[in-house]
Amino acid sequence: MLNWLRRPKYGSLQRREMPAGIWAKCPRCSNLIYRKELERNLRVCPKCGYHHRLSAEERLAITLDEDAFAEFDGQLGSADPLQFAGYPEKLDEARQRTGRPEAVIWGEGSIDRWRAVVAALDFYFMGGSMGSAVGEKVARAAEHAREARLPLVIFSASGGARMQEGILSLMQLAKTSAAVGRLHDDGVPYVSVMCDPTTGGVTASFAFLGDIVIAEPGAMIGFAGRRVIEQTIRRKLPEDFQTAEFCLQKGLIDMVVPRAEMRQTLAGLLAFFGGPRREVQEPAVSPEGVSAT
Amino acid sequence: MTASSPDLDRQLTEVEAEIERLRRLSREQNLSLDGEISTLEERAEALRREIFTNPSPWHVVQLARHTQRPRLVDYVSALFTDVLELHGDRLFRDDPAMYAALARFQGQPVVVVGHNKGKDTKENIARNFGMPYPEGYRKALRAMKLAEKFGAPVIAFVDTPGAFPGDAAEERGQAEAIARNIEEMSRLRTPVIVVITGEGGSGGALAIAVGDVVLMLQYAIYTVISPEGCAAILWHDATRAAEAAAALRLTAADLQALGVVDEVLPEPFAGAHRDPEAVFAEIRDALRRQLGALREVTAAELVNRRYAKFRRLGVLHEAGGPDGQRR
Repeated sequence: MLNWLRRPKYGSLQRREMPAGIWAKCPRCSNLIYRKELERNLRVCPKCGYHHRLSAEERLAITLDEDAFAEFDGQLGSADPLQFAGYPEKLDEARQRTGRPEAVIWGEGSIDRWRAVVAALDFYFMGGSMGSAVGEKVARAAEHAREARLPLVIFSASGGARMQEGILSLMQLAKTSAAVGRLHDDGVPYVSVMCDPTTGGVTASFAFLGDIVIAEPGAMIGFAGRRVIEQTIRRKLPEDFQTAEFCLQKGLIDMVVPRAEMRQTLAGLLAFFGGPRREVQEPAVSPEGVSAT
Repeated sequence: MTASSPDLDRQLTEVEAEIERLRRLSREQNLSLDGEISTLEERAEALRREIFTNPSPWHVVQLARHTQRPRLVDYVSALFTDVLELHGDRLFRDDPAMYAALARFQGQPVVVVGHNKGKDTKENIARNFGMPYPEGYRKALRAMKLAEKFGAPVIAFVDTPGAFPGDAAEERGQAEAIARNIEEMSRLRTPVIVVITGEGGSGGALAIAVGDVVLMLQYAIYTVISPEGCAAILWHDATRAAEAAAALRLTAADLQALGVVDEVLPEPFAGAHRDPEAVFAEIRDALRRQLGALREVTAAELVNRRYAKFRRLGVLHEAGGPDGQRR
């Protein structure tokens, strides 16, 4: 395995802005953590094991082989088809903050040299919500995986369908589910990794359709929101309801994998699938013959 | 108009009941009440004009949810013969919020699935107001797979506030059940016709609505989130639901313009519940036409077309070049 500590960050894309300061406070255990230590620990709290949320760029950086990612559709974003009040402003704000037009990145990369089509959703871009462009990119990722006969790996982090695109967002559930359905027809492997949180329309489409479904520890995973459920059943839900561990116990997912072991687990799955593997010296490949970064 | 729409509809119902009562009275007692009746008829006509000349999206929401609107059982008995209801998902239990049956439409074998709202409170409690659990979706999928096996078209009737948001539903995999249905429907090797008759509530509706043809009644709605939920999340104010209803573009005409719905079936003046027979006739005619057309298409071509139909939905913006071009 490659050395986690020396792995350079995914360089070509802007990293999510971190609040300044040497110390970070863990939102779960409230301990102060030396920020550099938190970064070294893949943003997992060394005290309580809380998995901090990652941006899509951070996710790709800690998962993929260095210099091995070629992004596709990097300029593609949603429009405002319904002229929904306030939506253009929200999109602009998210774009400025993340330096990216949408809540997902997809491309070709490798994990321990096992080649794969990889997509990562970003909760920091409008809650990772799925509108036309997120659906389109996930569908294109699946179609590309099918054409190239490469395994597909999708990291989800999303509140669900994007309200501001109304019914067109709902239709992305159909678009993405149909696209990953074709992988099942054609024997192309698909691994879904649910990160905190993965809820609503994303769970009710591609995220639960993986051949293998993995979750990060503590990730919130569910269809309906906790508050809505509590109002419906007029009862308080247990603390661990809709956590990754809860889903594992209920038989809804295959495994809960800590962040420090994710790369190794994915590499093991890709090795099991027996897909193509990069030679040690081979550079990243994109259809245009240009590697990103 | 928006806030008072349900009131107008209630007033209309009351005035119509009063006209009926006076007519009966005049017949039975041999009284001349023509003056009173014609005054009331004018009042009813004015109300109808006010309501239906240009109903607001929020009023359409009220109509879609109207308690007297025809229910699944009405459509089934009016449109099909030789109906054999199927029960259970073979895994957990039979979900009364979801209906499945083998039947005939004008002699042709079909499989019918649909959300099963009740006609009154008692029925609605028994059927969970048409909000299925995962086992409901799995029952529907089982029936649709049978349709594929027997080469029978699927006809799916959509009328649900949404998938049931309860703890047991979550534990049994509500999201997985919906996702699985959507995926399996997208490649079902038999014709699928969807009729949205009332409320098309988000993923809970889409789980039986991935069709070759999507038909929609004029005053039905189809939306990613309820107007109340949308207003609560966006503006922290559920009372702004009327505003959200307009913003979400959830009416049949809007959805046809967005390419989500293929055909809008007109409803009688003042809504489906005012003349259900007319609505049945519209649906019967549309099903006959659409089934006839789909019968000509091979299974492989059906699946390809269905994929393309949903694949193209969405509006994109590409900073570096035209849509669809890779960087």
